[in-house]
Amino acid sequence: MGMTMTQKILAAHAGLEKVEAGQLIKCKLDMVLGNDVTTPVAIKEFQKAGFNTVFDKTKISMVMDHFTPNKDIKAAGQCKLCRDFANEKGIVNYFDVGDMGIEHALLPEKGLVAPGELVIGADSHTCTYGALGAFSTGVGSTDMAAGMATGEAWFKVPSAIKFNITGKLNEWVSGKDVILHIIGMIGVDGALYKSMEFVGDGIKNLSMDDRLAMANMAIEAGAKNGIFIVDEITKAYVSDKVNREYKVYEPDADAKYDAVYDIDLSKIKSTVAFPHLPENTRTIDEVGEVKIDQVVIGSCTNGRMEDLQVAAKILKGKHVAKNVRCIVIPATQKIYMQAMKEGLLEIFINAGCAVSTPTCGPCLGGHMGILAAGERAVATTNRNFVGRMGHPESEVYLASPAIAAASAITGKISDVSEVL
Amino acid sequence: MKAFGTVHKYGDNVDTDVIIPARYLNTTDHKELAAHCMEDIDPDFVKKVKEGDIIVANMNFGCGSSREHAPIAIKASGISCVIASTFARIFYRNAINTALPILECDEAAKKIDDGDQVEIDFDTGVITNKTKNETYQAQPFPEFIKEIINAGGLLNSLKK
Ligand code: SF4
Repeated sequence: MGMTMTQKILAAHAGLEKVEAGQLIKCKLDMVLGNDVTTPVAIKEFQKAGFNTVFDKTKISMVMDHFTPNKDIKAAGQCKLCRDFANEKGIVNYFDVGDMGIEHALLPEKGLVAPGELVIGADSHTCTYGALGAFSTGVGSTDMAAGMATGEAWFKVPSAIKFNITGKLNEWVSGKDVILHIIGMIGVDGALYKSMEFVGDGIKNLSMDDRLAMANMAIEAGAKNGIFIVDEITKAYVSDKVNREYKVYEPDADAKYDAVYDIDLSKIKSTVAFPHLPENTRTIDEVGEVKIDQVVIGSCTNGRMEDLQVAAKILKGKHVAKNVRCIVIPATQKIYMQAMKEGLLEIFINAGCAVSTPTCGPCLGGHMGILAAGERAVATTNRNFVGRMGHPESEVYLASPAIAAASAITGKISDVSEVL
Repeated sequence: MKAFGTVHKYGDNVDTDVIIPARYLNTTDHKELAAHCMEDIDPDFVKKVKEGDIIVANMNFGCGSSREHAPIAIKASGISCVIASTFARIFYRNAINTALPILECDEAAKKIDDGDQVEIDFDTGVITNKTKNETYQAQPFPEFIKEIINAGGLLNSLKK
């Protein structure tokens, strides 16, 4: 019996010829990631266990993104702890205000993840890098501490669900709609503990930004990781970012899958996840009248270049509805700069949007756009749990950048056709 | 390594909020956490649990937040092992990393009832139900997972 893509990467990093679903193995890590919320806990654990040095100064990334620029005194203390530790240990990939970005947008952009590599991160959306054909998964702070100390982590080899992608997306439909559609179909525990493997000849019609948004939300279906086959688009993406050797893994023809789904991209419609679970999806034509108070375009799901380009196309020459706040947050400094050069920031500001330096901010109800009781937001983020963006009685509707931009103009959840 | 005790049986989707409610997360003291273990699903649990007892549950045990307080509370309450059909994946990691033995075994989860006397042999993965005179086979832990649990957790196992 053959192996899935994920199983092959795990086997290679465990020094084994073959692994099977359910097997417990120990793997070498190519990158260990933490942010300003999870790293302080890991640092304390690291010190408590008596470690002095990290396993590799170049293979640890620390990104100050959740509550930065420091939201309050507690956040400032957390970042200071990380900064001091990074300086003391000589951590190369420490990213602070001014050169940071949201971690899962930043690491691929900086070439810190390559196809075939194995990454753990003390953040549940670490699964994003599966878009590059890497194995990456979220872990707890104890795992991060041990990873920093030893460069190893243990894993239970997952089984997998195969998504056979065909066709091409219609205009204004994006990777975000595909993954919302899938989560709506299989549910928030539909891929519990498993890998979601995306294969098929429709993959070539998905841009890197589409794939990153899809892999990002694998965890919202309970998955351990989401992973895409590596093609010319992946190779072109990493070519100017990664200058080390990397290995491309393909699933065996006889790999065993727990389930196989066929996804025809041409059939996917713009999709919105209603409160309070990402699986509560409706296609845009089934939404009905939902008035909104805020729109957030950003996050590790949809704060990338294409997301901003699509939003700008829709908002150009238009204005955000009265009584709606529209907050646009480019995910990294590089994206911010590019958006400035392309004139997108001007379009947003002319349309009445607030544009911010990169931060997670409102995505986790941290700062920069908290909702009051009874308020509703359309967000391009990935979670709409109770209280995720503020008050427990506020509501978050998850959608693509196109739907978010169109909704900002009308003041209710709207399709692009209503404004163009 | 063996465990023997009386079973406390629960259903599907026992989440970390009922294992240790968020209102008690302001402490990391193991004893204090144990005093509120399972409080929102089984208020009598703390009174009836004895050293060595075993929790058996169905699907998706430990779902919800990634708090490491949940396995810590269970372990500190005296539980020697949790058997379930499946575990939520971050709970699974956290349990092993905090030295709470857990076994996935669908057959055992289905057949064992509340109050059964159960023995577990961690070396072979054999679960023996003394009350019903049945045995069930779980996958035994590989050596390094055993080392983590015996050392009292992941970081202790790495200490030089
Ligand atoms: S943008 Fe949101 S989901 Fe992404 S890392 Fe930040 S808080 Fe987490």
